[in-house]
Amino acid sequence: MGVRTWIDSWPVYRQLKGTDPLGRGAAAKSARSARLTPRTASADRVVKSVCPYCAVGCGQNVYVEGGRVTQIEGDPDSPVSRGRLCPKGSASLQLTTGDAREHYVLHRRPYGTEWQRLDLDRAMDMIADRVIEARRAGWQWEVDRARTRRTLGFASLGGATLDNEENYLIKKLFTALGAIQIENQARI
Amino acid sequence: MAECHPVGFQWVTEAKSRGAKVIHVDPRFTRTSALADLHVPLRAGTDIVFLGGIINYVLEHDKYFRDYVVAYTNAPVMLREDFRDTEDLDGVFSGLDPDNRRYDNATWQYKGMEIQAASGERERWIEDRADGGRAVTEAARGEAHGAGGADIGAGVPERDETLSHPRCVFQVLKRHYARYTPQMVEQICGVPQDVFRQVCELVTDNSGRDRTTAFAYAVGWTQHTVGVQYIRTAAVLQQLLGNIGRPGGGILALRGHASIQGSTDIPTLFDLLPGYIPMPHAHLNQDLDAFVEADSTRKGYWGNMRSYLVSLLKAYWGEAATAENDYCFDYLPRLTGSHSTYETTMAQLEGTCKGYFLYGENPAVGSANAKLQRLGMANLDWLVVRDFSLIESATWWQDGPEIETGELRTEDIRTEVFFLPAAAHTEKDGSFTNTQRLLQWHHQAVEPPGEARSDLWFTFHLGRLIRRKLAGSADPMDRPVLDLTWDYPTRGELAEPDAEAVLAEINGRAADGHPLSSYQQLQDDGSTACGCWIYCGVYADGVNQAARRKPGAEQNWVAGEWAWAWPANRRILYNRASADPDGRPWSERKALVWWDAEQARWVGHDIPDFPLGTPPQHQAPPDATGAEALSGTDAFIMQADGKAWLYAPSGLTDGPLPAHYEPQDSPFRNLLYGRQRNPVRHVMPPLPDNRYQPSADEPGAQVFPYVATTYRLTEHHTAGGMSRWLPYLAELQPEFFCEVSPELAAERGLAHTGWATIVSARNVIEARVLVTDRVPPLTVQGRTLHQIGLPYHWGPNGYSTGDAANELLHLSLDPNTHIQEAKAIAVDIRPGRRPRGPAAVQLVRAYQVRAGIDEHTGTEM
Repeated sequence: MGVRTWIDSWPVYRQLKGTDPLGRGAAAKSARSARLTPRTASADRVVKSVCPYCAVGCGQNVYVEGGRVTQIEGDPDSPVSRGRLCPKGSASLQLTTGDAREHYVLHRRPYGTEWQRLDLDRAMDMIADRVIEARRAGWQWEVDRARTRRTLGFASLGGATLDNEENYLIKKLFTALGAIQIENQARI
Repeated sequence: MAECHPVGFQWVTEAKSRGAKVIHVDPRFTRTSALADLHVPLRAGTDIVFLGGIINYVLEHDKYFRDYVVAYTNAPVMLREDFRDTEDLDGVFSGLDPDNRRYDNATWQYKGMEIQAASGERERWIEDRADGGRAVTEAARGEAHGAGGADIGAGVPERDETLSHPRCVFQVLKRHYARYTPQMVEQICGVPQDVFRQVCELVTDNSGRDRTTAFAYAVGWTQHTVGVQYIRTAAVLQQLLGNIGRPGGGILALRGHASIQGSTDIPTLFDLLPGYIPMPHAHLNQDLDAFVEADSTRKGYWGNMRSYLVSLLKAYWGEAATAENDYCFDYLPRLTGSHSTYETTMAQLEGTCKGYFLYGENPAVGSANAKLQRLGMANLDWLVVRDFSLIESATWWQDGPEIETGELRTEDIRTEVFFLPAAAHTEKDGSFTNTQRLLQWHHQAVEPPGEARSDLWFTFHLGRLIRRKLAGSADPMDRPVLDLTWDYPTRGELAEPDAEAVLAEINGRAADGHPLSSYQQLQDDGSTACGCWIYCGVYADGVNQAARRKPGAEQNWVAGEWAWAWPANRRILYNRASADPDGRPWSERKALVWWDAEQARWVGHDIPDFPLGTPPQHQAPPDATGAEALSGTDAFIMQADGKAWLYAPSGLTDGPLPAHYEPQDSPFRNLLYGRQRNPVRHVMPPLPDNRYQPSADEPGAQVFPYVATTYRLTEHHTAGGMSRWLPYLAELQPEFFCEVSPELAAERGLAHTGWATIVSARNVIEARVLVTDRVPPLTVQGRTLHQIGLPYHWGPNGYSTGDAANELLHLSLDPNTHIQEAKAIAVDIRPGRRPRGPAAVQLVRAYQVRAGIDEHTGTEM
């Protein structure tokens, strides 16, 4: 290391002589921090998305590396949010990749005291059977002589956090099954 | 807004930096107040008085925008001789049927109109029901007007352009609000007269040709027994000031879930079909034509309702839907009254409803009277919970509050529970409709982990399995599900349905399969199919318009090429009103759309919300219907008369004009009328766990002397399912707390960071105490009122825990929407932690006894 390089590596010198007199930028950089890059820099892809929390609809850029989401940031292109996210939106990475998420189906038997694992396909089959049964048990062709063609046997709540396409299928399927007690947070 | 919609609030601060004045009306001082020019604390539950007071100021001081009001509102329209206002009947309108607790709105109609339909329940004119239509009233018909107004019958309303006839809407309005004086505002809201006058001056000085004022609200307005009328009051004011359909104006609903607007437009709601077409009600022999006749309007775009409905039925049932079978109209299940989420809870408690799906919703924390929600779930055969983590609604059988009190025992609970992990927004394609009616597409980034799946996957495959199990059934009950079009393409190892194929179905297609580009192309002869008529155009030319992302910096301020807004990508609704009757902008400063005589069409910065070729001077022929019946100044094209409604002759169940009633549980008497509460509010059964409280001067009311209001924090989301499990957010707001003033702390011996117990007639909770000036005491009716702030995000699960504030709520609901009164309840507060075990139940019972509460309390009309 030459003398010049040695002196230049000294932050106080750089702060006094350079363009960063307050020592908040280039002057404060160490060799290590100079080599650091943002974790978004090495992403394979940037996927355009929308914040899933409130209804403002802030744009999100989802950074993907090696098949995993590595960072979620505000999308500066969005005329809604101009790149900003609030504390919740900024925590989206933890929401989507955090370890509090359950990854497997759980089942609690009637009168059971604990959860048990259940295969997804088996669970779907059991749920389909239960829908068919509850639907029949609560079926009403008529109420006070007026045709109703419906079931009160099962109900559904939720949709405000879901996609339009998901709400569309829920309403379509459950209506065709005759269910009317289909509701979501908009009522609440 | 700065707390709950912080990124949206950047536009408020930007406006402020350009000279706009910001007024924040809220019981609490928040981050919004900190940035506002004026913070006005008021008593929770009194906004109609506050806004009505401004209306009175506008009318008394001639501050209204006369040209706008005469041209675009129903101010000049004459009312019937037999209409009686709250002025005449001490707090109720004519037509009140005390036995059935509903209004017959025949007398509310315009003079000279042939009555075809009654209030928000247009189907009621087919009088074939023994209960005189009460059940239809309960069916939330008011909500069917999310995309336009109710019908008004046939004929041409009589008008007085001078606004001077005593029976014209304008004069009725003037008399109605004359008693909403600054003195009343001070007495009822607790807002000093000088502060109130300042608000009136700021609002009126900033409205007119050159300036507009906007109102923003959230559920602080909707969650009341008079919630819809709160918003109506703001609508009356904004119409008088000429602030609707113009840039910088309007009433902006700040909604709290990413796609809560979408789940209203494409409703997972009991009373609606996609695009605000009402769910049919049970009648004798009602066919498609009779239904459409009863529910469409003659004039404006609701006149084409048959096309919207037939196209929906074609989207649902495809080839099976034919002209001969009424396009399977009979396949739609029928309503008999309200089947809202709170009736569903009752049906669970009664044992009628045996199965329950929860899709990303946590009623054990987020719904009113959370205990009843859990008791309802404890009486089910089965429950399916789809969420990210083990929310309280999934685990109440194991560790819920009733297990602790001994009211439930895990070993005795029959309910079978399935927990299915859900995919995150980064793991699926799909669109949200955000609060500004903007459909924005989010793209899948990665596959969901483990057995997590999208709700699209779950619903599609559930339907596929059910259809397979029912295949071959000859039971007519099964026809609708077997005839359903349910053949969405899937892709990948997980067989994920193609979300864009579903979007294409929602958008609609012509007979040749080509995507439609406008709802004006929809036909009523079965040649078009469309899953949601107001979304028609989102997939125009086979292009996903919701996925458009032209950077905002490369567009004008309307940014019309970012995503897609319904209807027809219009960003400001009713924007014809941004121009004067002759089609010229009211001012250059506020220009949005205008009539271009040379091109003979409407042009502008936004897409005109008006028939493009209809000139301002056009007079529609008297026998025209639908869009043809719109004259050049009928700016409100979804309304039955083309006008904004200062006075609502139909569409509402609780009155044509907003009137103040006290909340269900209130420490104060209604000073304005002899009627204490909304006479037609929807009172759910006063079960032992849903008791109502005495109010005002009634004996026992003093047991609950404080007013509590619930709200959200920046760092948490609704019932916490998406925030209490996140270490970052849990660290920022680690536990439940209540906000009280130093004066209340002194009065009740509450210590900062200590514990408080809060009690209503329903339940008891505990919270950490935050003693703060942010919730100042008010002087109401000559005495000091303390208010208590309760953020409602918590339950016992996750990293950040606490009791659920919604345990305290009752189930007295707004009669139009069936939304609960979360924002103004009367409670008691005392120092220390709440009792544990059975003692907690005993404490609530002791309060009920002390206040003399039984099943009749508070249920009076």
